[in-house]
Amino acid sequence: MQVEGITKSFGAVSVLRGVDLHLEPGEVLGVVGANGAGKSTLVKIITGYLSPDSGQMYLGGEPVHLRSVQDARRHGIETVFQDLALVDQLSVYHNLFLNRETTTGGRLRFLNNRRMRADARRYLHNIQVDIPSVDVPVEKLSGGQRQAIAVARATRRDDVKILLLDEPLAAMGAKEAKLIIDLVQNLARTRGVSMLVIDHNYTHIFELCDRVNVVEQGRVTLDKRTKDTSLAELTEFMVSSYRQQIEEDSA
Amino acid sequence: MIALIGVALAIFFSVYSSAFASVSNASTLSTYVAPIMIFGIAEVFVLTLGEIDLSVGEVYVLSPFLVVYLNDAGLGVIAAIIVTLIICAVIGCVNGLITVRLGVPSFITTLGTVFALKGIVLLSSNGIQVNPAGTGTIANVLGGWSYSSIIWALAIAVVGHTLFRRTTFGLHITAVGGNQTASAEAGVKVGVVKIWCFVLCSVLGGFVGFLDGYRIGSLNPGTDGLILMFYGVAAAVIGGTALTGGRGTMIGAGIGAIVLGVLQDGFNIIGINAFAYQLVLGLAILGAMILNVQLELARSGQGAGVYGSLARTLMRLRTGGAGRRRRERVAK
Ligand SMILES: Nc1ncnc2c1ncn2[C@@H]1O[C@H](COP(=O)(O)OP(=O)(O)OP(=O)(O)O)[C@@H](O)[C@H]1O
Ligand SMILES: [Mg+2]
Repeated sequence: MQVEGITKSFGAVSVLRGVDLHLEPGEVLGVVGANGAGKSTLVKIITGYLSPDSGQMYLGGEPVHLRSVQDARRHGIETVFQDLALVDQLSVYHNLFLNRETTTGGRLRFLNNRRMRADARRYLHNIQVDIPSVDVPVEKLSGGQRQAIAVARATRRDDVKILLLDEPLAAMGAKEAKLIIDLVQNLARTRGVSMLVIDHNYTHIFELCDRVNVVEQGRVTLDKRTKDTSLAELTEFMVSSYRQQIEEDSA
Repeated sequence: MIALIGVALAIFFSVYSSAFASVSNASTLSTYVAPIMIFGIAEVFVLTLGEIDLSVGEVYVLSPFLVVYLNDAGLGVIAAIIVTLIICAVIGCVNGLITVRLGVPSFITTLGTVFALKGIVLLSSNGIQVNPAGTGTIANVLGGWSYSSIIWALAIAVVGHTLFRRTTFGLHITAVGGNQTASAEAGVKVGVVKIWCFVLCSVLGGFVGFLDGYRIGSLNPGTDGLILMFYGVAAAVIGGTALTGGRGTMIGAGIGAIVLGVLQDGFNIIGINAFAYQLVLGLAILGAMILNVQLELARSGQGAGVYGSLARTLMRLRTGGAGRRRRERVAK
């Protein structure tokens, strides 16, 4: 997957100013950057939720134009949104299957709740996500559990090729975070899923990622393999560019 | 719970007056309940989205007139009825499009439609009453025969419930009402779902217009559509549908309609003064709602204050057994 020259503005605010980024098969790419740098906006564009003002996206070298989230899913792109995209009032299993319900009755699309419930239970058990029951509404779950459900939804299907994770570990305890990290690494290794992970925790980034990109003010300003850099270097880069920015602003 | 209130009311009126439990009253009661039930079901579709359709009552007033006009213009009655339902669907579609595409809150959109439709009815009829088009079997099936309205209402309730609870469309209504952004991020076509709900709501409103038109036997252009719409909203909300969206129940709306119908009919029978009637009905609706909301809060352990503890006590009395059984099932 590759994007070139992606720009996006909301009204007068220009959020992305020409993002170039690529993701190789089976690669895990970390994306870091200050709050409001435009990371989530970029993810929403790659997953077809927002359309860019300009720029081009390529999948396997072919230019593609995504019209919707459904469209992106057909190309094997799955997303864990920063807001998790869960409906509080719906049960865990309905959330897991939202807009990809198991149905019977052809065009009438009757819900096959029994199948969905069983499949949800089995899948969550397999990936060791611990929740009281798949029947409880998501609003009854803790922040970390909700996050686990959102990750589970994005990884459930076998045909996922590209996984976009927008701060998937933000509300997680160490144990649960480890679980998700294992799940994600496993996906990358065994099924060759490419991943883009946004995280403010650089330790997670170094643990998970093959390569890291820094996004600043709507542009990618650093692109390095994690092997070729270090926690200290990355932190130093962020701090110095932050200083520079303050100087520019006050000048 | 609301079902219990209904049963209690029915018992109260039966004890108070032998006329309430009589056969002849059964058909009267059903004519109170049926339109409210269908309006309630219609509103559940939009209320669950967190929207509202104020115009459905005015669609109800307009639809039988449209049948008359189309019939006068040379269309057969059945064809006129079908075309009218299509026009109702278009009205709902316009409500939906303005709300979804132009971003006008549905309360305002449909408030506009109320007056526009009322204007159309008054202009086209010159404010004069007419008889509905069609007699005989069609009229009897569509509300003329005593029990036909309630049979339609129950059938619509069953279909509505199935659509709402058993299909992806129904699930998406709840999803969109619960969290619109999340639904969109999951790829649900939010706008399409909303527009369809407005269409269904309007078509149901138009359909009740036929039922009452043929039952009453004359069409009054001055009929107050708003109050009927509000009965529907009240039935839905009493039944447990949240005005804020994300939670709706068709069965609840049906039961809510029965409660409101029993209240209306019962007050009529025990002969409450016509002026006092509105007051008592209003207070009864408020009472039923407060009880219902507090019980719901108590169930989720959030009830506060005097009403909360009252509700908790009531609930303990009622569900001491059921609650425990439920917990055991979860534990298993
Ligand atoms: N729908 C929108 N309408 C207007 N402005 C928006 C919208 N979405 C995002 N923005 C703005 O775009 C900028 C970038 O937002 P974005 O969510 O992409 O940042 P981020 O890098 O993900 O930040 P964080 O680390 O806090 O999640 C912010 O200034 C935000 O206010
Ligand atoms: Mg973000």
